[in-house]
Amino acid sequence: MNDQTLTPEERVANLKGMGSSRKRVEDVRFTQGKGNYVDDIKMDGMLFGAFVRSPYAHARVVSVNKEAAMAIPGVVAVLTAEDLAPLGLHWMPTLAGDKQMVLADGKVLFQGQEVAYVVAENRYVAADAAELVEVDYEELPVLTDPFEALKSDVVLREDLAGQTEGAHGPRKHHNHIFTWEQGDKDATEAVLGEADVVAEEMVYYHRTHPCPLETCGCVASMDKVTGKLTLYGTFQAPHAIRTVVSLISGLAEHNIRVISPDIGGGFGNKVGAYAGYVCSVVASIVTGQPVKWVENRMENLMSTAFARDYWMQGKIAATKDGKITGLWCHTTADHGGFDACADPTKFPAGFMNICTGSYDIPTAYLAVDGVYTNKAPGGVAYRCSFRVTEAAYFIERMIEVLAIKLNMDAAELRRINFIRKDQFPYQSALGWEYDSGDYHTAWDKALKAVDYEGLRAEQAQRIEDFKAGKTRKLLGIGLTHFTEIVGAGPVKNCDILGLGMFDSCEIRIHPTGSAIARLGTISQGQGHATTFAQIIASEIGLPADDITLEEGDTDTAPYGLGTYGSRSTPVAGAATAMAARKIRAKAQMIAAYLLEVHDNDVEWDVDRFSVKGAPERFKTMKEIAFAAYNQAIPGLEPGLEAVSYYDPPNMTYPFGAYICVMEIDVDTGEWDVRQFYALDDCGTRINPMIIEGQVHGGVTEALAIAMGQEIAYDEMGNMKTATLMDFFLPTAWETPNYTTDHTVTPSPHHPIGAKGVGESPNVGGVPAFSNAVHDAFRPFGLVQSHMPHDHWRIWKIANGLGMHG
Amino acid sequence: MIPAGFEYHRPGDIASAIGILQEHGDEARVIAGGHSLIPMMKLRMAEMGHLVDLQAIEELKGIEVGSDTVTLGAMVTQQELITHDGLASAIPLIREAALQIADPQVRYVGTVGGNVANGDPGNDMPGLMQCLNATFELSGPDGRRSVAAREFYEAAYFTARDDEEILTRISIPVPGAGVGQAYEKQKRKIGDYATAAAAVMVGNGHASVAMTNLADTPVWSDSASNALADGDVSGCVAAMLEAIDPVADNRGPVEFKKHVAAVMLRRAIERAQSRAG
Repeated sequence: MNDQTLTPEERVANLKGMGSSRKRVEDVRFTQGKGNYVDDIKMDGMLFGAFVRSPYAHARVVSVNKEAAMAIPGVVAVLTAEDLAPLGLHWMPTLAGDKQMVLADGKVLFQGQEVAYVVAENRYVAADAAELVEVDYEELPVLTDPFEALKSDVVLREDLAGQTEGAHGPRKHHNHIFTWEQGDKDATEAVLGEADVVAEEMVYYHRTHPCPLETCGCVASMDKVTGKLTLYGTFQAPHAIRTVVSLISGLAEHNIRVISPDIGGGFGNKVGAYAGYVCSVVASIVTGQPVKWVENRMENLMSTAFARDYWMQGKIAATKDGKITGLWCHTTADHGGFDACADPTKFPAGFMNICTGSYDIPTAYLAVDGVYTNKAPGGVAYRCSFRVTEAAYFIERMIEVLAIKLNMDAAELRRINFIRKDQFPYQSALGWEYDSGDYHTAWDKALKAVDYEGLRAEQAQRIEDFKAGKTRKLLGIGLTHFTEIVGAGPVKNCDILGLGMFDSCEIRIHPTGSAIARLGTISQGQGHATTFAQIIASEIGLPADDITLEEGDTDTAPYGLGTYGSRSTPVAGAATAMAARKIRAKAQMIAAYLLEVHDNDVEWDVDRFSVKGAPERFKTMKEIAFAAYNQAIPGLEPGLEAVSYYDPPNMTYPFGAYICVMEIDVDTGEWDVRQFYALDDCGTRINPMIIEGQVHGGVTEALAIAMGQEIAYDEMGNMKTATLMDFFLPTAWETPNYTTDHTVTPSPHHPIGAKGVGESPNVGGVPAFSNAVHDAFRPFGLVQSHMPHDHWRIWKIANGLGMHG
Repeated sequence: MIPAGFEYHRPGDIASAIGILQEHGDEARVIAGGHSLIPMMKLRMAEMGHLVDLQAIEELKGIEVGSDTVTLGAMVTQQELITHDGLASAIPLIREAALQIADPQVRYVGTVGGNVANGDPGNDMPGLMQCLNATFELSGPDGRRSVAAREFYEAAYFTARDDEEILTRISIPVPGAGVGQAYEKQKRKIGDYATAAAAVMVGNGHASVAMTNLADTPVWSDSASNALADGDVSGCVAAMLEAIDPVADNRGPVEFKKHVAAVMLRRAIERAQSRAG
């Protein structure tokens, strides 16, 4: 077969472009154990770092004695805050406008905080020496409750004493960080005062942790001859890390090369800058040798960024017919010892103001108070856009609470309050412009797919059987319709440390018609090398198999803000399409020259330009590529490449309808997910197989969070869930089967209409599971119960409702 | 997650292993499958100068199924327990319980001897062995002695085994025909220790009931067993609830654990009774 004999459909199929379930090119190496992760990096003379960490949640550090540790053969150095202070590196700026101790400067604020950094010839000696560093602590009163912290005389952040102005406005108390307000307070309170019905509830989204399979780590290598620092690390934002390292260390940015190699999952945990990176860089600069630091699982769970921990007090007002008239939310956000949230600068509570969800709520008000406590810092977006999972959980619980108050079916309550298709673009009461959506279609499809009426009938029968003593199992039907806000974001309102949140792609076409593309993002398992090649394939007509994709090396890739918040496809994916279109525009001129017609007389046809009205006269993209390198074309530079820096005009708003059917044993608290249906609308679908994989993974994380996963502390601030014995990470055994489905409502402002999907399943999954638990007990009087719904907490619900006789 | 340094020994017979233990005293520990000890070493909660690996000792391997007695070598793995058909027909309870221990990867390496000898109240096999009225053979410098499983456990990680002794074999009387057996375990996920677990044998006018992870030792209750032998299920459960002494942890508070203990026990009894006679 040749180009003349293939049908257009066959030519499209050969490209494996958008819409193709092309197999993941990354998996060839991953499934053979040939990935290259940070801990696989070995360098001559490489040293190893290990931390001495605080056993106390709040204490003065009276003294640190290094002598015994330094006496061990193979120990090179033991760094403390005193050693870093002359360099100004004992503290570092956080992404949230706060600062954070790199090593304990006189006190510690959470259990597991970094106190000293041991550098040794191998990791065994480093671990032995860390045990021998003697730290003298003087315990201080511990605050683990954010409400108590706001009333306590105990000052956690003595370094901020007297500072009444924080990075985000006035501070009301010495343990207060910021107040962030959105919407119209007075109007909302007026609506609440006049409403037929107001439902009020505290919705707590507990503290948890992204817990990627690979923990955080880095290898810093300072070449004292060239003056160049190479920093390998598990970075979700390598370019931003380069800039931050330059700003913190004073090294010129061109002398810093940051490389993110293969990354074993990030989920937000690998966005921020950690003490391990700073100490490793300092140690390498001091010793002139490469220094590796890789945290262990307990260190990961105890000290690197947590997620959630939002206490959301809600009020929702409605008419007696169920039309929602107003939403009020006050959130108390527990940020731990330092405010190290990873949010765009102007959004200290992320996009929590998406908390009006999928509903047409005319009046709303949101206030968030950030609070310091004696817990680890963080507050990252764990497989969600910034605080979007919290927002979705809040509204999807409030809808259920309102349905109880109104004695209405929760599916119907949602339906009558959805934003209608003809209302898009929709301006929300809390300040967002939703780009597109068709919620009613998705909702009806979902309810029909699971036979919602049939499920309710079965549930009614089950309740009768339960009351008659025929069964001890309840049936819960968990509904969720979520709307996300992803793809941060427009430079006009989104930046991190002053860096606008655009992203980038550079494409070079080789003479023989293959290509390399480099992006400012970095895959952590998302399959960028597979999907971005598909975008290019569809845009310029070269097979995806002939396109190499590279990310993560700041010396070669164009600048970008990285991968988190489902931003890769909305932002870098758009840049990819735009760069490809620049190439196609030049290719059109080359084709016209070769075909000896005017530029406007050729038209694009899958993988070629052909003469309008004479399709047998054409030049394929492959031919055009070669011509770009071997012919002098008047008015055109040789070569065929382009770069695009894309500043999105708006966020994208993926949505979905999830339904969970759960069996619950009231005697043991055990649960079993009988059915889970996930309908996602992520706009244009680039690779359906990868989307399905993302949904499976994300719903599984949601299952973990809703049903058991937590970062828990006791009253002394001891972290109680620091191992995978107690921190729930589901195995294949605990993972239910999922049914995936979709509708397609393209984003009107995105070049290919794509919205992003990686985080939808976590955002939608958590309320679906939690609502299933609540729904099972709703007929017996349950209104609200906090996650995680592990066995004993479910048992406690049943016990509280008098189900144990 | 890096253990302190230690000397590694791999003796080829029991006498050599005991010799190493004698030489180094409480500086030495034996290691079987290592699934309890190695994590403790990595957490530096267990540190020893000498680690004595038992895996090269052939005398510690093998399953023998006799007409009255089953004998298990201490180094028999959980996987071997599960796949041994003769064992499964003689004492089906062992396969049923072993399938609820950890996950397949751990079961390929984890041993029955390590599981019973470590004295971890979370382990399943100690309660099971008490239910089955097994006897542990201990070999030491002064020869061999036997200790009943029901007499072996003193407190968490404290047992009747002396520092210089090795638990070498387990002997289990084969329950007579007509004895129903069941192991019921609630856990948070695969690989977790029990929130509560119950091992029950009942039939021919006899009964034996033991529970796991509800005190600092496994709990076998004479009065609970007698009540069940008399057909008094409620009395059995009440007696067992008297005998257990759970503590609150991440699995839940005491009140919950006691409730679940009763549920597990009732379910195990029901299943065992359905298999009896």
